[in-house]
Amino acid sequence: MLVQATETAETVLTSGWFLDHAYIIPLIPAVAFFLIIFFGKRMPMKGSEFGIASMVGALVFSGGAAYQWIQRVNGVSEEAFVEPVIKSWTWWQNGGFSFGIGQHIDGLSLTILVVVAFISTLVQIYSTEYLHGDRRYTHFFASLTLFSAGMLNMVVAENMIQLILGWEIMGLCSFMLIGHWWEDGANSRAALKAFFTTRTGDIGLLVGTSVLFFAANDWTQKNLGVSGFSIRGLSAWALSGTAGQAAITVGAVALFIACIGKSGQFPLHTWLPDAMAGPTPVSSLLHSSTMVVAGVFLVARVYPVFFEGMNILGTNVNFIVVIGGVTIVIAAALAFVQTDIKKVLAYSTVSQLGYMMMGLGAGAWLPAVFHIFTHAFFKACLFLAAGSISHSASHHSFDMKKDMGGLRKFMPITFTTWIISTLALCGVFPFSGFFSKDEIIDNVGYSGYSLFMVIGLVGAFLTAAYMTRATYLTFFGSPRGAAAGEHHDEGHGHDAHDSHDAHDAHGHDAHDAHDSHGHDDHASHGPRESGPLITIPLIILATLAIGSGLLNAVPFGENWENLKKWVEPRAEVVNVTGVKEPSGSHGESRFVLTAPSGVVAAEEGGHHKSDCGKKAPESGVCYAPQLNHAPFKWSKAALSLGIVFAGMIISWLLCVQLYTRKNKALVGLTQRNKVLGAGYAFLANKYYLDHLYEKVIVRSIAYPISRGAYWINQNVLDGIVNGAGIGSRKIAGWVYRNVDQRVVDGAVNGAGNAAQGAGGALQPVQSGKVNQYGALLFGAAAIGALVLVIINT
Amino acid sequence: MLVNQFLMLGAILFCIGVYGVIARKNAVLVLMSIELILNSVNINLLAFSLRNGSTDGHTFALYIIAVAAAEVGVGLAMVLLMYRNRRSVGLDELSEMKG
Repeated sequence: MLVQATETAETVLTSGWFLDHAYIIPLIPAVAFFLIIFFGKRMPMKGSEFGIASMVGALVFSGGAAYQWIQRVNGVSEEAFVEPVIKSWTWWQNGGFSFGIGQHIDGLSLTILVVVAFISTLVQIYSTEYLHGDRRYTHFFASLTLFSAGMLNMVVAENMIQLILGWEIMGLCSFMLIGHWWEDGANSRAALKAFFTTRTGDIGLLVGTSVLFFAANDWTQKNLGVSGFSIRGLSAWALSGTAGQAAITVGAVALFIACIGKSGQFPLHTWLPDAMAGPTPVSSLLHSSTMVVAGVFLVARVYPVFFEGMNILGTNVNFIVVIGGVTIVIAAALAFVQTDIKKVLAYSTVSQLGYMMMGLGAGAWLPAVFHIFTHAFFKACLFLAAGSISHSASHHSFDMKKDMGGLRKFMPITFTTWIISTLALCGVFPFSGFFSKDEIIDNVGYSGYSLFMVIGLVGAFLTAAYMTRATYLTFFGSPRGAAAGEHHDEGHGHDAHDSHDAHDAHGHDAHDAHDSHGHDDHASHGPRESGPLITIPLIILATLAIGSGLLNAVPFGENWENLKKWVEPRAEVVNVTGVKEPSGSHGESRFVLTAPSGVVAAEEGGHHKSDCGKKAPESGVCYAPQLNHAPFKWSKAALSLGIVFAGMIISWLLCVQLYTRKNKALVGLTQRNKVLGAGYAFLANKYYLDHLYEKVIVRSIAYPISRGAYWINQNVLDGIVNGAGIGSRKIAGWVYRNVDQRVVDGAVNGAGNAAQGAGGALQPVQSGKVNQYGALLFGAAAIGALVLVIINT
Repeated sequence: MLVNQFLMLGAILFCIGVYGVIARKNAVLVLMSIELILNSVNINLLAFSLRNGSTDGHTFALYIIAVAAAEVGVGLAMVLLMYRNRRSVGLDELSEMKG
């Protein structure tokens, strides 16, 4: 066992039942999925109780494991490497390769585990109210639960194959959930788009995993006794200095392409806003803690591979940081032209994911992971608040301009939670977003990526501005459309806006469902606050949107940097001795730590900096590169806060002029000014990326392929089929003439003829004369007697 | 005791019987000739039985007499039917089975 192994070493690491059995966490919702599928419809709550119970179970297990991990980390010194809790079993074997399955539990996976389990629990509770009476209620919960199982499996994954398994389960479930109301063509198109776009990126995942496996397998087998799929093996291999630069770069780029697809990075972000076609709880789950975070998680998980492959911290620019930076700005700009509140949030998510990627690309590993953590809470809260608005106030519309406005008076709880989350998203002190986002920007600048620090600040300005616009349109001003009590169907039945189409079905669908249980009367009395099953998750998430930042509050001093202590892998050279091959199918790979050299150095020199990531370790292995941490300065924080407030104030003033006072100089400016109009059209068409993908790339690739396929079908395949037909007819004719007629019939006829001839020859014998018969008989007997006599003498 | 005489008697009877079966046209005479053949065989059996001092031959002879009685019974029934149908017992007229 791992515990026993480490107890023999100098560093004593505590463990616990929850840590050792963390692999159970994804199994709970996986089992619940089958229970829902098979028994859900017969249960009193239509299967949702299984889903909620499994998520609560996963949350309890994750929480227990996280607590025990903290105990484990507290037991060792500040700089010492804390060994992750790794277990591995052989999943299947093929051609000499064995594929493991197990768990790799460290601070990163526990952080995401807790967040995913927590958000999933709240989203499922919220869904019981939001989808009440939906026609595919049970299947919705089944998909939602399997989706969480996929994410949890990906997070605990011990190796890349297990990670891909979880990754693909999520891809499938996101397709099912986005297309939940598939009766509307727009919804199923959005689901297909999400699926295909992420699949495009997933090619990179397979390629990258294979490249890294073949490059690393020999090294990891020799030095660590694990396969080249193992996350631990890949990390150590990447930092060992023996990895070929070409292989590791190709592998890292390929893996990052998968992350671009999954995490909605430019240029494959286009699926993410369309994925808003799904029910709002799905958007909340997908865009806060699970699906889109998967890509960021992958980069953070095998960070050494990206660190070495992309030469992070080695140069002033690299692939990840560029993609992240570009994504921040282009997504934030797109959020300005959206009228759909969920699409604003979707582009905001894309933009925030850009921050995380930029942070990872610039060596700010911990701030990026911290931003995943805080972003999950406030973005889930924002989405659920948007769902609450559409559920109770705007009559299932998400159009801010047409069906919202002035809602702060009607929905105090939704309004308050929205404002808190918005402030957290904009990064206002002391809300959680401030601590994480500011740290990313700070660290990016500190590590020498000055240009990207500026981009981060521009992004912060844009974020503040578009969120202010969305808040203003939703909660301030005068009520419009459905929010003013207008009936939904009259309100925008004629609307041709494309974002609207996607939600019309939603509106009608849920509407129909509501009709069935006499809920329709709220159309007449206008907006009101949602029920407790919706507001309680909102309140919990809003509380965390304020409080979760304190977990790693760098401005308050080192004692507050808990996440750094608990989560960040320590960059220490670890000696590996006594590598034991995993024995049998139940073998747990173990590695024994002996007197890590870093401990001594840390005791002597106080702040010891290991050279992991800078140069290859002479003996032993590194599991994480040494990263920089920017010292906090209030002056820098004040600058970013000033930018945020400037963005809010400017946006607010513009909104008041534009939407309430209808200032003549501003309204219709995009129609009058050609430059602005072109810019607006450029944004409104999403940089024409959809056109590029669908009209140019898909057409130029798919149409010639289909034409070619048709030609091949007509000429080659049909020719082959026809040729085969003609050929077989000819062969059949030859067989008929030669084999059947001559050989078979000849044999049959020959036998008949022979029998006829023999019969004719013997005919005279049958004379009918009894005497003759007697004579023959006696003659034969006489001959027989003669023969006997001759034989016997 | 000379076995030769018995065997000679048996051979003569056998030859007469064979001649009767082949040459006679009357079905009753053919049956009688068959009886002669069977009895010639009986004589042979008895002769060898006496010579060897065993009773096996006697036993067989008794069996053959019993079987011959049955055979004559069936044969005469057939002859009787033949006579009823054709008013004749001539074997040369029974050539419908000619192939």
